[in-house]
Amino acid sequence: MAQDPKAQAPKTQNKPRKEMPSTPLLDQLEDGPWPSFVTGLKRLATSEDKPYADMMKSLLGQLEHSYQTRTGYWKGGTVGVFGYGAGVIPRFSEVADKYPESKEFHTLRIQPPAGMHYRTETLRKLCDVWEEHGSGLIAFHGQSGDIMFQGTSTEQVQPAFDAFNEMGFDLGGAGAGIRTSMSCVGSARCEQSCYDEQRALRTIINGTLDDMHRPSLPYKFKFKFSGCANDCVNAIHRSDMAIIGTWRDDIKIDQEGIKAYLAQHGRQWMIDQVVTLCPTNAVSLKDDDTLTVDNHSCVRCMHCINVLTKALSPGDERGASILVGGKRTLKIGDLMGIMVVPFMRLESDEDFAALLDLATRMVDFFAENALDHERIGEMIERIGLVNFLEGLGLEIDPNMIAHPRTNSYVRTDGWEAEAEKWTQRKGPQAAE
Amino acid sequence: MSQPRQPIESGVPDPFPEMHPVMVKNYGQWAWHDRPRPGVLRHVAKSGDTIHTVKAGTQRQMDVYTVRTLCDIADTYADGHVRFTARSNIEFMVADPAKVDPLIGALAEAGFPVGGTGNSVSMISHTQGWLHCDIPGTDASGVVKALMDELHQEFLHERMPNKVKITTSCCQINCGGQGDIAINVQHTKPPRINHELVSNMCERPAVVARCPVAAIRPALVNGKPTLEVDEKKCVCCGACYPPCPPMQINDPVHTKLAIWVGGKHSSTRSRPMFHKLVAAGLPNNPPRWPEAAEVVKTILYAYQADARPWERMGEWVERIGWPRFFEKTGLPFTKYHIDTWRGARASLNTSAQVRF
Ligand code: SF4
Ligand code: SF4
Repeated sequence: MAQDPKAQAPKTQNKPRKEMPSTPLLDQLEDGPWPSFVTGLKRLATSEDKPYADMMKSLLGQLEHSYQTRTGYWKGGTVGVFGYGAGVIPRFSEVADKYPESKEFHTLRIQPPAGMHYRTETLRKLCDVWEEHGSGLIAFHGQSGDIMFQGTSTEQVQPAFDAFNEMGFDLGGAGAGIRTSMSCVGSARCEQSCYDEQRALRTIINGTLDDMHRPSLPYKFKFKFSGCANDCVNAIHRSDMAIIGTWRDDIKIDQEGIKAYLAQHGRQWMIDQVVTLCPTNAVSLKDDDTLTVDNHSCVRCMHCINVLTKALSPGDERGASILVGGKRTLKIGDLMGIMVVPFMRLESDEDFAALLDLATRMVDFFAENALDHERIGEMIERIGLVNFLEGLGLEIDPNMIAHPRTNSYVRTDGWEAEAEKWTQRKGPQAAE
Repeated sequence: MSQPRQPIESGVPDPFPEMHPVMVKNYGQWAWHDRPRPGVLRHVAKSGDTIHTVKAGTQRQMDVYTVRTLCDIADTYADGHVRFTARSNIEFMVADPAKVDPLIGALAEAGFPVGGTGNSVSMISHTQGWLHCDIPGTDASGVVKALMDELHQEFLHERMPNKVKITTSCCQINCGGQGDIAINVQHTKPPRINHELVSNMCERPAVVARCPVAAIRPALVNGKPTLEVDEKKCVCCGACYPPCPPMQINDPVHTKLAIWVGGKHSSTRSRPMFHKLVAAGLPNNPPRWPEAAEVVKTILYAYQADARPWERMGEWVERIGWPRFFEKTGLPFTKYHIDTWRGARASLNTSAQVRF
C-alpha cells in the first residue's frame, strides 16, 4: 500500500488526469436497448472529482484486456476486517504492471435487509459510503443474495466496513461457513406465502452468525426461504437447507370466484389450463360449475392457485417443508434437496425456536460428519438418508421418498421392531 | 491503524423500516393479485388496500449514478421504496394506481425496460466473470448484456407459454443455477500445469482429492514436487483450478460455451428438473457471443411456437420427447448428449416406447 499513493483516500485535483483506456470491444456493449454496465463503468472512470476515477480507468483497461485475450486476470488472497474471518472477497490483479490503479479490487459482501427492501434514503447512504471508500460499483445482488460492493483497496476495506456496519449492515458469508441467505418477497406482498419468510430468515441467520463470520465448517452451508412450492428463490436446488412454504389442511376455494373465471374464460379453458394440468388429477370441474379438489391427492404444487389467484388459496394450517442437500455439480453431480420434514408449523415463537434448533443441529451434524469440501447433500449420499435422519432425530415419513427401494440387497432382521415404531406413531392418529 | 473497531454483529437487517408502508400494514394478509399489463403487478390485501408494483430490468453491476437515478425515480414517481428480485430486477411499489403510468414513463425515459413479469423472459441471472472472479472462463455481465439486448422484446412482453428463466455461469461450478435455458462455460482441454509454481501455491493432497475422476496424482518435475493429470481420465471440469491456480483450465480457444435446457426449480405441476445439455462447442466470443445467442433464440422460439400454456421448457420437451426437440431446433444429437456420469442409467430410455 505504501507504494500506492491512491490507496489513501486520494485528492485527485492536483495531479494530471489519467487517460481513459481504449476499449473497442467493451464499447460494443454500450449499444442496444438493455442497460449497459459498460456505460456505468465509464461514468465512474470519468468522474474526475472522485477518488475512484483512476482506479476505474485502470479497471476498464484490464477488463478490455480480458475481452481481447479471453482470459481472466484476478487472483485471490487474504484480506478481511477486524474480528471476522470471512465476508471480503480479495482480488489482486495479475496484470498490475499494466493496470496499476486497480491492482487491488476487493469486494465486500454485505447482507441486505430480508426480502431486499430498501428505502431510497438507505440506498443513497450506501452509495455515499462506496463513493468515499470504494469504486462506486455495486451489484444488487450477488448469486447468494449479498449486496456486492465491488472494488476497493486493501486499505479501504476496514473503513468501508465500519461505515456500513454503523449504518446497521453486517458482512455476509464466504468460504467454508454459513452463507448469506435470500427469501422471496413472501408475506410482504404475496397472498401465496405460507409462512413469515423474513422472520424465518432472520431467525436462522442471526442465530448462526458465528458460523458465518468465523467459518470453520467442512464447506459452505446455505439456507434459502421460499413461501410456497413456486420456490421463487430456487431454494430446493440452491441451498443446503431449503425452507419451502406449504399447508396441511384443504385448499380454500371461493366458488363465486370460480364462476367468475368460467364466465370470463369458459369451461374448455378451465379444463385445459387447470384441471388437466394438476399433476395428481386432484382437481375436478363439476356440472354445476363448482370446482373441487381431492386434498389427499393434492401435492401442494401451486399450479391451480397460480392460475386462479382470485378463487383459490392455500389452506389455513400453514407452515413449511424442509428439504436438505441441494447443490450444483461439484463434485458428485447436481442434487436437488431431499424432503426431510414434510410439515412444520411456523406461527408461534416456539415454532420459530424449533426451526432455529433444527437448523443449528443440522449445521452441527454437518460439521461433525462431512468430509473436507463435502456439501451436506453429498454427505447424505455417502452415509444414507436413514443415518442422517437418525443422527438428527427426525422421524421417517413416506413423503421422503419417490418410491420404496426396488432392490432386495438389504438386511431386514429388525423389521418387527421398526414396524412396531410406525404403529406406535400412527396408531393414535389412525384411531382419530 | 490505531485501536481496531469491534464489529457490531448485527446480521441480517430488519426489513420493516425499509419496506413500503402498505406492505408493512398488510404483511401476511394479502388476498389476490393480477397483472394489469406486462411489467406491472397489482396485489390486493384482505383489508382492501392495493399496491401496484412496477418491475424493471437493471444491469445488476450498477454504478452509483445508476443507483441514484433509480432512487430519484422512486422519490419522484413512486413512494420512496424499492426492492430487488433474486434476478436483479428492481421493483417500485406505489399505493396510488395513478402513479403507475408516470412511473413507467420515467423508467422508459431513463432507459430501464419495464417487464419481466408473467410469461416473459426475465433478466438472465448471472455470475461475476472477468470483471471480478478469480477463475472465470468468460464474462457473465457481457454475455447477459448481449443476450438481453437480443431478448429485450421478450422481457417487455408476456408472450411465452410460461416464464422463461435463463442463467449463465462463467465456470463449470455453475454458480448461475438451473435454467429453462442455461449458457455455461464448458472446457474442452485438460489444465495446463505450470510445474514451477505448484509446490509453492497448492496444497497437493487437497487438489488430488478435489478431482471428481481421480485424474490427478503427485509427480516430480525437474526435481520439484508437483502434480500431473492423466489426460485420458480428465473430464476438463476445472475443479482443480481454484485450489491450484497453476493448473490453468481457462483457454482463449478451448474454453467453450454449452447450452442446457429444461432446468426448473419450482415444484409446480412437475417436480423440479435439472437442465440438460443440448449444444456445446460454441465459441467464447466476446463482446457479443453471437453464436451462443443464435442457439438460445432458436430454442426459445421453438418453445414459444410449440409449447402449450403453462408448460415450462422442460415440461414441453418431456411432452414432445427429445427426438422432436432436436428435430424442431435443428441441433445435432451427438454421443456427448448420452450421460456417462454416475446414475446415467436413469437418463436412458428403458422402455419399449419410441417416438418417430
Ligand atoms: S395445488 Fe397442485 S396438486 Fe394441488 S390441486 Fe392444485 S394443481 Fe393439483
Ligand atoms: S480438470 Fe477436473 S477432471 Fe481434469 S484434472 Fe482437473 S479436476 Fe480432474
